[in-house]
Amino acid sequence: MSVLLEVESLSKSYPGVKANDEVSFAIQKGEIHALLGENGAGKSTLVKMIYGLVKPDSGAMLLEGQPYAPPKPSMARKSGVSMVFQHFSLFEALTVAENITLGMDDAPNRRELSAKIRAVSQDYGLPLDPDRLIGDMSVGERQRVEIIRCLLQNPRLFIMDEPTSVLTPQEVEVLFGTLRQLSANGVAILYISHKLDEILALCDHATILRHGKVVATCTPKEETATSLAEMMIGGELDIHIATTFSPGAVVLQLQGLDMQSKNPFGTSLRGVSLALRKGEILGIGGVAGNGQDELLAALSGEEKIAPAMIELAGEGIGGLGPNERRERGLLSAPEERLGHAAAPVMSLSQNAFLTGRIRKGLAPNGVINARKTNDFAREIVKAFDVRTPGVQVAAKALSGGNLQKFVIGREVLQAPEVLVVNQPTWGVDAAAAAAIRQALRQLAADGAAVIVISQDLDELMEISDTFAVLAEGRLSRPQPAEGLTVEEIGLMMGGDLEGANHAEA
Amino acid sequence: MLRLEQRQQPSKLMLYLTPVLAVLTTMAVGGLLFVALGIAPGRAIYLLFIDPFVDSYNLSQLFVKASPLILIAMGLSIGFRAGVWNIGAEGQFIMGALAGGAVGLALWGMTGWWILPLMAVAAALGGALWGLIPALLKIRFNASEILVSLMLVYVAENFLAQMVQGVLRAPDGMGFPESRNLGRNEPTALPDVFPALGINAGGVTMLVLLALAFFLLQKHALGFQIKLTGDSPRAARFAGVKPGVIIALCLGVSGAAAGLAGLFELTGAAGKLTIDFPLGYGFTAIIVAFLGRLNPVGILLAGVVLAGTYIGGENAQFMLKLPAAAVTVFQGMMLFFLLGFEILINYRVKRLRRAV
Repeated sequence: MSVLLEVESLSKSYPGVKANDEVSFAIQKGEIHALLGENGAGKSTLVKMIYGLVKPDSGAMLLEGQPYAPPKPSMARKSGVSMVFQHFSLFEALTVAENITLGMDDAPNRRELSAKIRAVSQDYGLPLDPDRLIGDMSVGERQRVEIIRCLLQNPRLFIMDEPTSVLTPQEVEVLFGTLRQLSANGVAILYISHKLDEILALCDHATILRHGKVVATCTPKEETATSLAEMMIGGELDIHIATTFSPGAVVLQLQGLDMQSKNPFGTSLRGVSLALRKGEILGIGGVAGNGQDELLAALSGEEKIAPAMIELAGEGIGGLGPNERRERGLLSAPEERLGHAAAPVMSLSQNAFLTGRIRKGLAPNGVINARKTNDFAREIVKAFDVRTPGVQVAAKALSGGNLQKFVIGREVLQAPEVLVVNQPTWGVDAAAAAAIRQALRQLAADGAAVIVISQDLDELMEISDTFAVLAEGRLSRPQPAEGLTVEEIGLMMGGDLEGANHAEA
Repeated sequence: MLRLEQRQQPSKLMLYLTPVLAVLTTMAVGGLLFVALGIAPGRAIYLLFIDPFVDSYNLSQLFVKASPLILIAMGLSIGFRAGVWNIGAEGQFIMGALAGGAVGLALWGMTGWWILPLMAVAAALGGALWGLIPALLKIRFNASEILVSLMLVYVAENFLAQMVQGVLRAPDGMGFPESRNLGRNEPTALPDVFPALGINAGGVTMLVLLALAFFLLQKHALGFQIKLTGDSPRAARFAGVKPGVIIALCLGVSGAAAGLAGLFELTGAAGKLTIDFPLGYGFTAIIVAFLGRLNPVGILLAGVVLAGTYIGGENAQFMLKLPAAAVTVFQGMMLFFLLGFEILINYRVKRLRRAV
């Protein structure tokens, strides 16, 4: 094999932080190369420089021996470098072909393009109908659109940023098949991920970043998940988890919860029922877009429903708003950190007030107690190791992982009776994710009931006592997580509400 | 090619300096304009921008003009913070003056300390109700409050014209389309408090309300909810804020403030309701609110500056034969430069080199 891209001591600083510090590594032609690192390690900055979105302060890149310094992404694409982002840029009201046309520098006519899309999708085992509306497609299918958009440009280097965070296990397998085939055809892939097992299964080489520097390079096949994690976080991974499960009385009960989604592309909830006991962690799996956001909104009180559909400690609370529910001990943490769980331009202190007001008594008689509010914010920062210069810093200035720790910490420290979290560790590095899971575990051990909605099955298997799947707005019957097999979960994802244990029902 | 790139950390100092810079730039560009008009720029700028603040008679007029501007801007700023764009303060100003004035005229001939406060309550209610029309339409039908509140200004103007030619016309006014003079009638006239400074009872009320607004926005949970709604509506819902309540509250409060300002203008500077009663304060107050960075203290300063341009403009009109529209041009320039500088604070201009 010969070298495709050589990165030589690239550096990039932002005010107050060295995002990349003399980063050097090389990608071989046709290899799958992993870029691994915690949140804030500098992975995004590095690939943005390769893709021409960010200009390095110093250093150089060579693409097949030629100097390579793309001033903008379209130049990178011309040189054969493509990228699929974590967040897609697709218009829901347009078709696949229309979306792809929009991203092209010199688009062919519609019929020609449709034929091309069909050809490429067939070649790589990614079935896709060019005339379908994006709005009707699952996240996995949307990712296919992004991938095919890139493949149409015949890339030599293909960058993927956290591609599997939104996929089902089956979809992950399909994606891996495609990537291996690309690699066999000589396309190099730069694969960014937190998921160690994926890197072990897929990648030929790995470059590990920490605090903006390359700390290790390795061949994943010769490593284990633990050794990779150690290189990444620079210490031992602590995953001691209490597994004794002795549930108490039922505290939260959903009975035939029906709710029409406000979002035209959302999923309505249909007959969701469950009974949650003290000390229990219920993991709710399923692919994004199957009613997760709606379920959180119904539980948080952002959407009101018939009172009897939600019972908290025997009281019908479906008609109550978020603060009335907080008063009664039902807290929640939505998936979207910026703009939903937290206000971006407001300080951490103000964001602590955002949900902490009621239970922490931060505004008796309506007047904000600034001292108490700041104390609460500092308490969160300290207890959850949120890295920030202070509590007056705007929420948007924090990295995703740090803000997530703050958001979860804010709810946990209010001592909820019931806590509902959606995607608690999405986009969070391994160490922070472990800390968040540990905190949720501890909360349950102290007698609270917890619902964790997540797309990460490993995570759910790790922390849940009971498990259910949300599929097309319906919830499968919750059952003990212990001993569930991948096949059984697959069945539930397919819409089998009873799951595997039919006999019990 | 030029491109705007967001700055990581906009300078705090510049944030507070921009209003000053905007005023200075307006002076400079205004000077060029005067040269083009064949007027000595130094003297014109002095008359427009400096004289109002140093001449003692002008100084006493300054606060009279600034009070209604500040009062209206204060109300508007609360809404602007929440992303509720009340553009129709002018209409609420008129309706407040009409409601308060009608009460005063109905009680004509009676005496008592309670008459003026009662008129003030009526004015606040009148303005608030006029503001609540766009609020209800927005809550119920998601109609744009910008358009509805603006259109209601013209409805209010026509309503005023009808009233002063009809039921509110002075019986002994020889048929002129104007009301009795409430400013020359002891029980309905606005008392002066510090005449030398031009501070009357309206000015005092304005200062008290401004302090209340400051408290609301800085210290109170409701103010937090208002700011949260403006910054991040979804997070606001999550925090238990009811959007409809905030919309109604903001339009109601800003309407009430504008209505009160209308009454103070009526019972103070103007004296009587006429067709020409509205002077555009409701629109100028929008500039005041932004020039003051939607902050109560800033609005106080901005209100004084804008009031200065009114007084300076009047003086320049008869001393330099400056066209009356020049004042409006200056006020517009100020807002333009302010918004322009604001972009430069939050973004940096990058020159894109052509790709090689």
